Amino acid sequence: MNMEPGTQPAPQLSVASNRRNPGMALRPVLFEGHPANRSAAERRTASLIARRSVKKEWQAAWLVNAIRCIDLTTLSGDDTADRVRRLCAKARRPLAPHIVKGLGIEELELTTGAVCVYPTMVSHAVKALSGSGIPVASVATGFPAGLMPLKLRLAEIRYAVEEGADEIDIVITREHVLNADWSALHDEVRAMREACGHAHLKAILATGDLQTLRNVYAASMVAMQAGADFIKTSTGKEGVNATLPVSLIMVRALRDYFDETGHRIGFKPAGGMKSAKDALNWQFLMMEEMGREWLEPDLFRLGASSMLADIERQLEHFVTGRYASSSRHAVG
Amino acid sequence: MNAITKILETMDYGLAPEDCGFVGKWLDQHKSGFGHFIGGEFTPSGKTFDVTNPATGKKIASVSQGTKADVDAAVKAARAAQPKWAALSGHDRARHLYALARHVQQHSRFLAVLETIDNGKPIRESRDIDIPLVARHFYHHAGWAEILEDEFPGARPHGVCGQVIPWNFPLLMLAWKVAPALAAGNTVVLKPAEYTPLTALAFAEIARECGLPAGVLNIVTGDGQTGAAVVGHEGVDKVAFTGSTEVGRIIRRQIAGSGKALTLELGGKSPFVVFADADLDAAVEGVVDSVWFNQGQVCCAGTRILVAEAVARRFEVLLRRRLAKLRTGDPLQKSTDVGAIVHPVQLERIRGLVEQGVAEGAVLHQADAPGGCFFPPTLVTNVHPASVLSTEEIFGPVVTLTPFRTPEDAVTLANNTRYGLAASVWSENINLATDIAAKIRAGVVWVNCANLFDAGAGFGGYRESGFGREGGREGMTAYLAWPAPQARKPEAAPEKLEPVPAATIAGGDIDRTAKLYVGGKQARPDSGYSYPVNGPKGPVGLAGLGNRKDIRNAVEAAHKASSWGAQTGHNRAQVLYFLGENLSARAKEFEERLKSFGQSAAAARSEVETALRRIFWYAAQADKFDGAVHATKSAHVTLAMNEPVGVMGIACPTAHPLLGFVSLVLPVIAMGNRVVAVPSQIHPLAATDLYQVMDTSDLPGGVVNIVTGEREVLTKTLAEHDDVDAVWYFGTKDGGRAVEEASAGNLKQTWVEDGAARNWGGSEGQGRLFLARATQVKNIWIPYGE
Repeated sequence: MNMEPGTQPAPQLSVASNRRNPGMALRPVLFEGHPANRSAAERRTASLIARRSVKKEWQAAWLVNAIRCIDLTTLSGDDTADRVRRLCAKARRPLAPHIVKGLGIEELELTTGAVCVYPTMVSHAVKALSGSGIPVASVATGFPAGLMPLKLRLAEIRYAVEEGADEIDIVITREHVLNADWSALHDEVRAMREACGHAHLKAILATGDLQTLRNVYAASMVAMQAGADFIKTSTGKEGVNATLPVSLIMVRALRDYFDETGHRIGFKPAGGMKSAKDALNWQFLMMEEMGREWLEPDLFRLGASSMLADIERQLEHFVTGRYASSSRHAVG
Repeated sequence: MNAITKILETMDYGLAPEDCGFVGKWLDQHKSGFGHFIGGEFTPSGKTFDVTNPATGKKIASVSQGTKADVDAAVKAARAAQPKWAALSGHDRARHLYALARHVQQHSRFLAVLETIDNGKPIRESRDIDIPLVARHFYHHAGWAEILEDEFPGARPHGVCGQVIPWNFPLLMLAWKVAPALAAGNTVVLKPAEYTPLTALAFAEIARECGLPAGVLNIVTGDGQTGAAVVGHEGVDKVAFTGSTEVGRIIRRQIAGSGKALTLELGGKSPFVVFADADLDAAVEGVVDSVWFNQGQVCCAGTRILVAEAVARRFEVLLRRRLAKLRTGDPLQKSTDVGAIVHPVQLERIRGLVEQGVAEGAVLHQADAPGGCFFPPTLVTNVHPASVLSTEEIFGPVVTLTPFRTPEDAVTLANNTRYGLAASVWSENINLATDIAAKIRAGVVWVNCANLFDAGAGFGGYRESGFGREGGREGMTAYLAWPAPQARKPEAAPEKLEPVPAATIAGGDIDRTAKLYVGGKQARPDSGYSYPVNGPKGPVGLAGLGNRKDIRNAVEAAHKASSWGAQTGHNRAQVLYFLGENLSARAKEFEERLKSFGQSAAAARSEVETALRRIFWYAAQADKFDGAVHATKSAHVTLAMNEPVGVMGIACPTAHPLLGFVSLVLPVIAMGNRVVAVPSQIHPLAATDLYQVMDTSDLPGGVVNIVTGEREVLTKTLAEHDDVDAVWYFGTKDGGRAVEEASAGNLKQTWVEDGAARNWGGSEGQGRLFLARATQVKNIWIPYGE
């Protein structure tokens, strides 16, 4: 289904396939020279988060939805099996029971969207989450810099998948973007997608390293053309991690890819988002630029480790009317 | 199902109302009706009219209808307070303005909520845009008050300012008017709009709270009649009006000949030009910021989208998707994008125009809107340049979309309007964007952005969008006067001309014929008549009796010479220096000519010598009277460019037949304008002699055109001409009034003065004042960043 850009008739995003993105041969015409004006992106995001506000039960619901979309993450040098198990326990029960009860959402059986760990931690997570239905995501491909021989990076993916990872967060080779070597980037991600097999591939663009929004748009497009299921902003280790302007450009890229192919690609901002307000802002971005479908965990994830704690405090405030202390909530 | 679970299905935004309890209480306290704020106190309410909340249709206040007596009292109070206010040091006035800024901030939410209730605009806009800009305006002008004497030496305030403001940005427009007026040492009588007077009254309370001296600021509420009483009041020295072009015209006529200074900020039909290489998503958001902002009730809204054919379809798809996301409704809800139309009368007007457009074949694309005083954000396609929707200012959330083929096509369409307030240009190519920004005739051009405002940048229009600037250095000059010379003996009206043969003509060697000078060529007058030019002992020559057709031809020739304005200042300077050089070579001949009119040898020599110096002075200025880069927002270059006004008519004073002409024509052409000049009626031959000098000086044809004849008759044609951008008139009081009256037709800029007032031989005869009058400032906003 190769439509010319701009010939999609109606402003509706409904007629499309739910098949996994098969990717396509590299088509630079879809991204080369595509403008992305930084000042305009900054204005749009600044105004967007001031244009939408949710209060009371609506705020509570939006925060609960954010929890559904969180990739609860630990990616530290001092990760241990126990640390991962603790995180998984939090993923299974992200809110204290009295908050769940206060919200009246017992039936939801709320969990986070996934747990995200290093490859060697996957087996611990798989075990800890067994029966929960919570997917395990693993970073791979020489995370975070990705500067390992391709062979080893692909082997790492296969290892993580064998360990039981359902999703693989790969990092791209930034050099390919900075050199505009799009076919190298396409080949690389394509190979990684194959190595993933049934596991979903989330392509981390490390946008802080790419710097320009035009690079971000092009890299997004190439990753999607190579078959990425999700595009993701950051490893959390770059100087600048998820920002709203960068997210805006990536979301517009996946919208354009959808217009072009009919395939829905997911979006995952990651790194630097710590507050419940951040959780709301990024959801507003998805709702306004894309629509309701992109507020579901199959198309939207928030890569965060400390955000959940703030959300839990806000929800407790909603339930009790008193400002909350994290010391009363289970750590993740 | 539980409430949370239900919301999770739809992910609705739900309700997020701004609390309006405190404002409601304040309105309750004033339930008996608001009076005017005169001399530092509120008067008891008089005959009142209702003010309603347009979103609910409910009455929220009773406000007094200002009478002539109220206006008298206000002007009297302002007059009484003015000398003391002006005598304060700049620093002391700055302290007052600083306090106003601080108190606006301290009451920011109160003012935002009140503005939203009164006007219908979304709380997000009043809270995030209007009120912060109000505070910024007072801060900025506290600064101007502080440094006024250093930055504007010799300037003085006008005195009492009469100001009438519109309902679309009620408090912000008050700030734009009041802050510079007070900073300059003027006092103010301001009439807020009938629909939206409440924030002005709240502001009066704030002024009282922070100790602004009594009488410095006076607020009189009422309708158009009250406004007319304010601007027409004989005690008012300076009139500033923001509103419709129609009312602007009425005011121009009303105060013609009164000597009041005037600035007008009027309507617009601004182009929004999207090139193929633009960031289309960014441009779509630009449309939202431009015309789906404040319900489209924005004079500078980009209401005509012009989009490159190559991307027109994709742009329309993106724009329609975005349109569908706009939330129209209760302005107090924090997630509302588009609020209520200010008044049912306006709603009906919008509906009427849109229906007319549909009848002409236009196709509407609209978002949802609730019932009541709301109009859905609307995109109009299939609309042609002649459609009412392309030409009329709708003042609603309605934007047209028209494809163009080439950059030249885009400029033609962009300038195909009587207005010239603003423009928005979208392209990632800096050459293209800057080129188009230069070519569009508008006072503000936003490149890759829209509707950005800052107190440090000038705002105001070209053409029928008015004249004068608000904001920045150029805005301050609108509230300052430079001592204007007064004539000891006013210029008398020149006599009617008798184009019949003279008895004798004092002779030279070979008979010389002075013709008109049009388009670089000597032209016989259309009338076929000539009139005698007299020296002390009878006629010394004949001059052509120009008529309205000669003026028409001269204006056409002037328009054809438009490339003059695009030349470098250096090139223009070269031509002017050359003109000086060639005049110098023929100085004797010009002295003889002046002597033939009865001047003494010394006077003639001095006049020619001064004319020569003056030509050099303006040649020197040609590449130096340049603009500024304003310090506005971070990561924005805001260029204030001095642009030529266009085609200007000049009526020269009777005396100083050479110097008067040179003093007026030279600054005008130095800045790149083209001129149709009417030289001294009684002694036009010194000016007509000059055309030979111009011919030999590489001055392109059409830059200067000379039509001799009856000054008042020719000037009237110029002042009425819709394709003349400005008229300078130096003559009689009656003639000045006639020029100001006639200029209302296309709202051309005017400068009228008694022809005998200025000492043309001295320093009054030249200066930056002339250059400022010969230019208009275009502010170009260019954001940057990667």
